[in-house]
Amino acid sequence: MKEMTLLQPHNVGASSGEDFSSSVMSIEIGPAHPAMHGIVRFTTHLDGELIVGMEPEIGYLHRGFEKESENSKWIQVIPYTDRLNYVSPLLNNIGYSMAVEKLYGIEAPVRAEFTRVIMGEISRITDHLTCLGAVAMEIGAFTFFLWFIKAREYLWELVEEMTGARLTTNWTRFGGNHSDLPDGFLDDLSDRLTKLKDVMIECDKLLTRNKIFIDRVKDVGAISKEDALSFGFTGPLLRACGIPYDIRRADSYSVYDELDFEIPVGSTGDCYDRFLVRMEEIRQSISLIEQAADKMPEGPFMTDERMIHYPDKKDVYGNIEGLIDHFKLVMEGHQPPAGEIYMPIEGGNGEIGFYLVSDGSGDPVRVRMRPPCFNFVAAMPTMTVGHYVADIVPIFGSVNMIGGELDR
Amino acid sequence: MSEENSTLETSHPLEACELTTLLKQEFPDAISGFHSYRGDETVIIERTALESVCRFLRDDSRCSFEIMMDLTAVDRLEMDMTPRFELVYHFKSLTHARRLRLKVGLAEDDCKIASIHHLWKAVDWYERECFDMFGIIFEEHPNLRRILMYDEFEGHPLRKDFPIDKQQPLMELKEVEERYVYGRHE
Repeated sequence: MKEMTLLQPHNVGASSGEDFSSSVMSIEIGPAHPAMHGIVRFTTHLDGELIVGMEPEIGYLHRGFEKESENSKWIQVIPYTDRLNYVSPLLNNIGYSMAVEKLYGIEAPVRAEFTRVIMGEISRITDHLTCLGAVAMEIGAFTFFLWFIKAREYLWELVEEMTGARLTTNWTRFGGNHSDLPDGFLDDLSDRLTKLKDVMIECDKLLTRNKIFIDRVKDVGAISKEDALSFGFTGPLLRACGIPYDIRRADSYSVYDELDFEIPVGSTGDCYDRFLVRMEEIRQSISLIEQAADKMPEGPFMTDERMIHYPDKKDVYGNIEGLIDHFKLVMEGHQPPAGEIYMPIEGGNGEIGFYLVSDGSGDPVRVRMRPPCFNFVAAMPTMTVGHYVADIVPIFGSVNMIGGELDR
Repeated sequence: MSEENSTLETSHPLEACELTTLLKQEFPDAISGFHSYRGDETVIIERTALESVCRFLRDDSRCSFEIMMDLTAVDRLEMDMTPRFELVYHFKSLTHARRLRLKVGLAEDDCKIASIHHLWKAVDWYERECFDMFGIIFEEHPNLRRILMYDEFEGHPLRKDFPIDKQQPLMELKEVEERYVYGRHE
């Protein structure tokens, strides 16, 4: 019934007794295993230590995101998106809000977009820091992990300053953001970025040319360009294969076309390339944040479009239009025009795509989120077969599976 | 679906038109409609033509959609539209920097469609998820099992007639066979 890739087991040709080398043993890894990033189960078929087959099983963290969303109002979905990729929740917020804005046919004010770039890139850095730190820790470089988590803490304090929460941010709204930059935020930002750069230099010295580390990740888990495309890879994993596909450039959204950045690519698509691509993306993101902070324009951070923006309290209590708008927005919800859109943005892991269908009433007909790491986990058999059990740890670490996003 | 123009209209209208014209030329009987909304090109095709259209989209150098980006379905029960289900395929071409949405209608009493798992490797799991959530049968799929839900789950949760608070029956505890005998098998 199950399709699995089976290599011919090595037959060492034991001349006497039982031929241990020719029998395949099945071992379960997970669902809850210390070396697994989330809750996921791999049924591995082993010949000695060599992996000859693997079947991933997912769904352990399924919370019915799509069903819940379709039974909510459009605005009520934003807190659910925090819980998708919980290492970079702001990117999900931004992706969903931009999707609804596309459905409306509006755009957020420029200041809101620049703020979104800053917060989105901060989230991308926290995503990469978590991924790289965890990979390093799992293959023995504990210092690297502690330093990266320390650096992540600097950034999460910024996120907390902006949104009031570290993970459950619930920050964007349709046509803008919940809050503008707090006082002194840009100073804090440049202070934290300086600290982050120091950490990056230290960690780069510590690990990038470290022989022990390179031996564990080089030529491990490589995937060809063709396979990566066929499996629908996006994000750092696709770029590690040498394909410079970055949605910030390819389908330039928000204000990324006004900012300079480079797209790092690898060549072989192995775990070491993924590590290098993510390290370079952190540096590019730092540069993007600095540029966005320099160019930050004055202006509103929220659209004043009627029936999208909640009216100001002085209008709600001061005039009848404000009161009616407020009442209708609260009771009936936002009512984007009937239609369907697909809005991709570059998430920490790859393409986060929201496919939304509206029938013009306040209730979403369909809220679909394309999870980037779904494809990566689907490709785990291709990436691991032919390697050893110990290689599952760096391969799966570099895939950066986030349970909340994978299982929704 | 309305065909209104907007500020987000595609930046390559000419190319996009070329694509629909090309598909109409190649498959005159298969295309039952197309529209562009907020810059998203959508082509609606007949169910029987899915495999050949997809193969054309992947292999023809004028299309070369290398990435099968997403596959999902929409249950239009509450919109009172027929057919009830609509399968939605999203493609991305890196060569031509272009996206395309392909839609296929599926009636409730005949929820079957040919699997295209052999064209893109990503499709395997997408089709499993679609089966799991909507109960759409992908014929000749090699491993059409549930993926997010467990095997004993009753119903297909993203159908609109599946109540959000529906209770599932308790499962009996599974017997553990061959305890203490770890699986060394032939």
